[in-house]
Amino acid sequence: MDVKVSEPSTPFPGTIHETPGGGILLSSLDDVINWARSNSLWPLVFGTSCCAIEMMSVASAKYDFSRFGFEVFRASPRQADVIIISGTIVNKMAPVLKRLFDQMPEPKYVIAMGACATSGGPFFYNTYSVVKGADHVIPVDVYLAGCPPRPEALLHALITLQEKIKSGLTREQIRSKMSEEYGK
Amino acid sequence: MENEPLLNSLQTGFPEATIAIGSDWPEMSIESTQLLEVIEKLKGSDNWDFNYLFCETCVDWKTHFTMVYHLSSTQFRHSMVLKAKVDREIPQIESVVKFYKTAEMLEREVYDLFGIQFLNHPDLRRLLLTEDWVGYPLRKDYHDPINMIKL
Ligand code: SF4
Repeated sequence: MDVKVSEPSTPFPGTIHETPGGGILLSSLDDVINWARSNSLWPLVFGTSCCAIEMMSVASAKYDFSRFGFEVFRASPRQADVIIISGTIVNKMAPVLKRLFDQMPEPKYVIAMGACATSGGPFFYNTYSVVKGADHVIPVDVYLAGCPPRPEALLHALITLQEKIKSGLTREQIRSKMSEEYGK
Repeated sequence: MENEPLLNSLQTGFPEATIAIGSDWPEMSIESTQLLEVIEKLKGSDNWDFNYLFCETCVDWKTHFTMVYHLSSTQFRHSMVLKAKVDREIPQIESVVKFYKTAEMLEREVYDLFGIQFLNHPDLRRLLLTEDWVGYPLRKDYHDPINMIKL
């Protein structure tokens, strides 16, 4: 049976020049730092409702996001790099979320998981207590649709975040690049 | 006791109340003024022994409120539902804290969301919402033009 070895989607940034007795690696420091950063993102323990159950299953043995460098949940914002907003954000929780985000050291990233965190979702209409999208409170890097999203979808969002970090681009740069590409 | 014998014994005990089997348990409707004496009888009696209040909540019918008490007996393992009508203009009812300590929190929650005044409650404050909240959000006529998008 043939075993197909596929290339990783983003290989190590840089080129190797073979020389006798070894090799010389050429790269830019920014690229190497971003590459290292993207492969070691520790999420904060933060789950406000049902989406958190899916997030926990992504962390556990069956899906296991440690494979992609998301290693361990940290219970302190000072040790965390990424906050996965998994669940509904209510008005009373919003200041807490803001404070946790402020306490995280730079660089920090945010994934809005599920309909609630992206827009208020099922609680958009006729509720007095729900924030209509976590991006009213803190800036969000990756939005993830679903109610709740499947674990595979969260893995995809995490990998998307890694790709964003590796590219080293801001949201505006990504947007203008995409509109060039698709001619929009 | 099973539901049927429990229903029958309740009917003999409270001839003036309306009692019927609901979806799970016997449901008894009483006047809100009788609440304390009915609960005292239900809790104190040796063959009912309703010593556990496992849920206390409220329903807004737009014309009136209904207070709903779910009672259970840890000795006989039977349960029942007690309902009392509360006026919408003067939303007042006696607190049952002196029979069930757990009612303290449950009644604070009902007060918070429905605005029912519990008479003789030891510490009637808001529980879930902020202290300075105006209005009672689970009432059907509640409206909050800032936070709510009506559909
Ligand atoms: S998006 Fe759906 S599953 Fe996720 S927290 Fe909201 S209601 Fe729960």
